[in-house]
Amino acid sequence: MSPRTTTPSQDLLRGVWRENPVLVQLLGLCPALAVTNTVANALAMGLATFFVLLGSSLLVSSLKRLIPGEVRISAYILIIATFVTIADMVLAAVVPEIHKALGAFIALIVVNCMILGRQEAFASKRPVHRAALDAIGTGAGFMLALLLMGGIREVLGNGSFLGVPLFGDAFEPWIIMILPPGGFFTLGLLLLGLAGWEERKKVPVRPRSWPHGVTVQVRSGAVAEPVEADHG
Amino acid sequence: MGELLLIFVSAMLVNNFTLVLFLGLCPFMGVSAKVGTALRMGAANIFVLAITSLVASFLNAFVLVRAPYLRLISFIVVIASLVQIVEMAIKKLSPALFRELGIFLPLITTNCAILGLAIFQTNRGYGALEGFFFALGAGAGLTLALVLMASLRERIELADVPAVARNMGLVLILAGSLSLAFMGFAGLFSS
Repeated sequence: MSPRTTTPSQDLLRGVWRENPVLVQLLGLCPALAVTNTVANALAMGLATFFVLLGSSLLVSSLKRLIPGEVRISAYILIIATFVTIADMVLAAVVPEIHKALGAFIALIVVNCMILGRQEAFASKRPVHRAALDAIGTGAGFMLALLLMGGIREVLGNGSFLGVPLFGDAFEPWIIMILPPGGFFTLGLLLLGLAGWEERKKVPVRPRSWPHGVTVQVRSGAVAEPVEADHG
Repeated sequence: MGELLLIFVSAMLVNNFTLVLFLGLCPFMGVSAKVGTALRMGAANIFVLAITSLVASFLNAFVLVRAPYLRLISFIVVIASLVQIVEMAIKKLSPALFRELGIFLPLITTNCAILGLAIFQTNRGYGALEGFFFALGAGAGLTLALVLMASLRERIELADVPAVARNMGLVLILAGSLSLAFMGFAGLFSS
């Protein structure tokens, strides 16, 4: 089965919004909830994940002919773990406070299913430059989601952005937002908001999107429904 | 003994892996639709967590003393291969148990709760016995969270929820409420 053909710009942009790893595919939720209590943490986590994803995608894509199919998952995990170790050491050396705040979650990038998913679904089948575009797009989408969460949680929960106070003394911070329940609530409300938005801009379904052998009858004033084609 | 009990209860309630530390969210969201499935997933998790803890203690004591920078790589490789071996062994020795746990065993390999446990255990300097109780507590906490969530979701199935909320958004809000409830355990050991 040959993979669907996509243009380079689709490879790049797909992961940013339409197939956003966190907000649409719900992958990599653990870091998205755990380390987004401040914008600085979210940024560090996003950059580290971006680096690991890009590095592993490049390496997996270049080595795809050398990795036997039976042990490919173990090979991908080894490659990912190597890049995570590098990221861990660099963060510990450059920004020790943030490294301490993120704690075990840097090491846990290894089991971020988004990264392994991109290797298995994309990098292991495509040329290196496409894999790089895909990794950049997906990494940027992940970072976008993390910054969105981090922004909401820090502004509401601490009254600041990147540590800079935004409101006067009159603002009572919503402490709950920087505590664990706030992470669940923020992402839950974001998903509900996105679902509501999708609902509002729903357009009639294009016939092309139904599988072969199924035609679509669009009746006026009704939602499009698939109808089995008459094979008689 | 008292200290071991403290580690157990603390890992299970105060620092619940799923609801407070955000570890193992994928199974929490994925297989929490039915109570029966949730229980089986929890059992498989306790099993793998206990084995992982013993292996991590062994690695820390005998192998990684000379090469701490290989910790992450060796943990993940050993855990992944171990889960495979355990899966094969269970399939051979107890087909009934294998059917019960089924596809959950391999899925657990990429569950961040497992690697998280090994790393937390190392960072806190737990020995083999302490680590084992930590793993049991973490597993019990995961199971508790899974079963609570599954019960809530079975109930929600019958409720009249707006179409917009019939996705993961609602599940996350529910998880937030559960997490809020678990925050209440935070003061348990203050005295």
